[in-house]
Amino acid sequence: MTHFKDPFNPNIDVWNECGEASGEPANPYVGLPAEDAEILRKRAKQALNPEVGMTRALESSVMQGLFKTDLSRRAFLRSAGVTGALAAVATVFPLSSLQLMAEEAIKNLEKTKLTLGFVPITCATPIIGGHALGFYERYGLDVDIVKTAGWAVSRDKCLNGEYDGSHLLFPMPMAMSLGIGSTAQPWKVVSNVNTNGQAIVLANKHIDNQDPKNWKGFKFAVPFEYSMHNLLLRNYVADAGLDPDRDIQIRVVPPPEMVANLRSENVDGYLAPDPFCQRAVYDQVGFIHKLTLDLWKQHPCCVFGLSEKFITENPNTTMALTTSILEATAAAETADGRVAFAESMAPANYLNQPVEILKQILTGVFPDGQGNIKAVPDRISFMPLPTQTMGTWVLSQLRRWNYIDSDTNYATLAEDLVLTTTTRETMRQMMNADVNLTFSDAEQDVFAPVEIQGQTFAPEAAQEFIDGQPFSRTI
Amino acid sequence: MIRNFDARSALLSVLILISGLAIWHFATHVPETGPVGVVLSAEQTDTLLGNNMAAEDIEFYASQGVAFPQLEQIAALNLSRETIEMAGGIRALGISVPDANSAPAPGSLFPSPAKIGVELWATITDPFYVAGTNDMGFGIQIGYSLLRVIIGYTLAAAVAIPLGFLIGMSPLAYKALDPYIQVLKPISPLAWMPIALFTIGDSELSSIFVIFICSLWPMLSNTAFGVASVRSDWVNVARTHELGTLRTALTVILPAAAPTIVTGMRISIGIAWLVIVAAEMLVGGTGIGYVVWNEWNGLRLDRMIVAILLIGVMGMLLDAAFARLQRAVSYVE
Repeated sequence: MTHFKDPFNPNIDVWNECGEASGEPANPYVGLPAEDAEILRKRAKQALNPEVGMTRALESSVMQGLFKTDLSRRAFLRSAGVTGALAAVATVFPLSSLQLMAEEAIKNLEKTKLTLGFVPITCATPIIGGHALGFYERYGLDVDIVKTAGWAVSRDKCLNGEYDGSHLLFPMPMAMSLGIGSTAQPWKVVSNVNTNGQAIVLANKHIDNQDPKNWKGFKFAVPFEYSMHNLLLRNYVADAGLDPDRDIQIRVVPPPEMVANLRSENVDGYLAPDPFCQRAVYDQVGFIHKLTLDLWKQHPCCVFGLSEKFITENPNTTMALTTSILEATAAAETADGRVAFAESMAPANYLNQPVEILKQILTGVFPDGQGNIKAVPDRISFMPLPTQTMGTWVLSQLRRWNYIDSDTNYATLAEDLVLTTTTRETMRQMMNADVNLTFSDAEQDVFAPVEIQGQTFAPEAAQEFIDGQPFSRTI
Repeated sequence: MIRNFDARSALLSVLILISGLAIWHFATHVPETGPVGVVLSAEQTDTLLGNNMAAEDIEFYASQGVAFPQLEQIAALNLSRETIEMAGGIRALGISVPDANSAPAPGSLFPSPAKIGVELWATITDPFYVAGTNDMGFGIQIGYSLLRVIIGYTLAAAVAIPLGFLIGMSPLAYKALDPYIQVLKPISPLAWMPIALFTIGDSELSSIFVIFICSLWPMLSNTAFGVASVRSDWVNVARTHELGTLRTALTVILPAAAPTIVTGMRISIGIAWLVIVAAEMLVGGTGIGYVVWNEWNGLRLDRMIVAILLIGVMGMLLDAAFARLQRAVSYVE
């Protein structure tokens, strides 16, 4: 469902998610006066132009504000006629000025020369491939992307203002905003650059010891304290009855050093980003015990983050940048895109990895190091919409393990830190503007409960959820 | 006799190099045999054919060293040859659990000297390429590192030598400040780095600051020590000739303390070069330290070793420059 939905067409449902089910006519102009149909056809054609498409999306939100439901909107259009409706709505809301605003966004960039940071892992595919394949240039941006040694340095460079925006771990903008582990500076989760895409890797000697219950005394590596990796690993071993702070040791190791640490038996395993999971298999030092999507399907991982200051000072640039990254994210999700992005990221300028490993990761056809060949197309996914459920889970898990030291209203905090609404709006606008563009996650319920390791997490009951979890530090 | 001695030491150096390389070569050399083909039994081939795998595909996969259990899975997953190509090819896909018979994994071995030689040659012949912000020639990267070292080091010298002079000329100040210098001197550059990043708030300035702070102490303490231990006879002679303080400092104390000061400078430049590599590994971006980290990140040991070699050579050149300076200012009493 990516075709252009004109909010001024009385024949179609614009906001109803199951449009097909409500029996839309094959011809959307059926039964309309000839001149109205002509106007609508012209508008549909104009919408193919990305700039106009964006303004159509604005109209759509204005109309939704006016009529709330498709039913009342359609009734109004039928009685007033399309031409009449256009004129009537324009008197209430200056659509033309809104349209102008959206079109001007790309023309009036406050800042065109930008520096973005990234850590060389496949999670950053849209940010890196976006550079290699020229997605930023399309929106008039001249972007330098800078490879960064690890997450602590990334964070410091963000806080210093050396980076305009950065590839960050989902919990990082939250930790930065709350001032845990650093000075407090408000940063926002703009969009997910990937979902899934991580794995638990164990050293080859543990091939016959894959039950987490028997992992007492294991040493694990994760890339950062405030990472999904740390939180997911803790959750995983805690469910198996091990206290992650006492029964196992969790160390912070920069991703590039993980394979070497595994080889030298410094660690027994790690929960880490690719390519370093597949790289362990490629170098025959470890095997993939579990993909993280088997713990939580479509879990968030890395995000594109911007500071509140940047967003306020550069609204047009923010819009253009977000749009280009979202577009790259959507392209990375397609089957052809996966191969093209893998190839574009292999050189030393980007990931500096053998291309076959990157292709295995992005296409999801890979050996797991246990003698199996797997085909898991969503091994890494690119679902950009950062949901409130994700934000609430992360914040409440940070509380569970005492990174945040007092109970708080996780849902409200998540709403402030995770830009679900604006990102979703941009995604909708982009889909309206480009019929070939699909974000399958755009219309999902962002407060929907999710299943994580067989337990249902509902954001509104976050506190009760963590209070009831094993080894919770909340009491 | 001396010439003979030089020749013998040079010969010994070359012999050590050759034997070192030879041991390295034989320890790491693996003949390029290509994939070891797998022979499938007729029964196994029939099973695969029965699972809709084309005969030519079976032959090709087996020739690339993929064993039957993996082939069976490929057939069961219904992976077409095109899909396998998109996923990076059959050889990389065939990597399974390592066992005694399997060939070593592509990237798992320490590089042989020949491989490093090839990389070294490529590096030296094309030192100034720019393939993007994160991939530039070694010449440029060394240039970045040298620039940072020179700035940080010059600043340190500009502070340490005059300050050391003052401290050295006053026994009281020397004794009072000595404990602080002794405490600050042994602090590792990596320990200064987070503080610098936090307070200065700019990674470029931070690396320069770290060089500054680490090369400061040896110069400071050596200058102070050198100045303090100038023979008092000489200063007394200057005093009987009624030389002013400034003139005494410049014409008597400075030349007398110069060898000690230059020794301090030589220690400092060595430290500065050590520090820059560590600092660049930490903050990334540009410089030879970043190259080491970047190649390490991609587990490209051959290129990493080339970078390490170049770091050594540069360090040696810097040290040699100060050794010359040291000879120029030394004197015999």
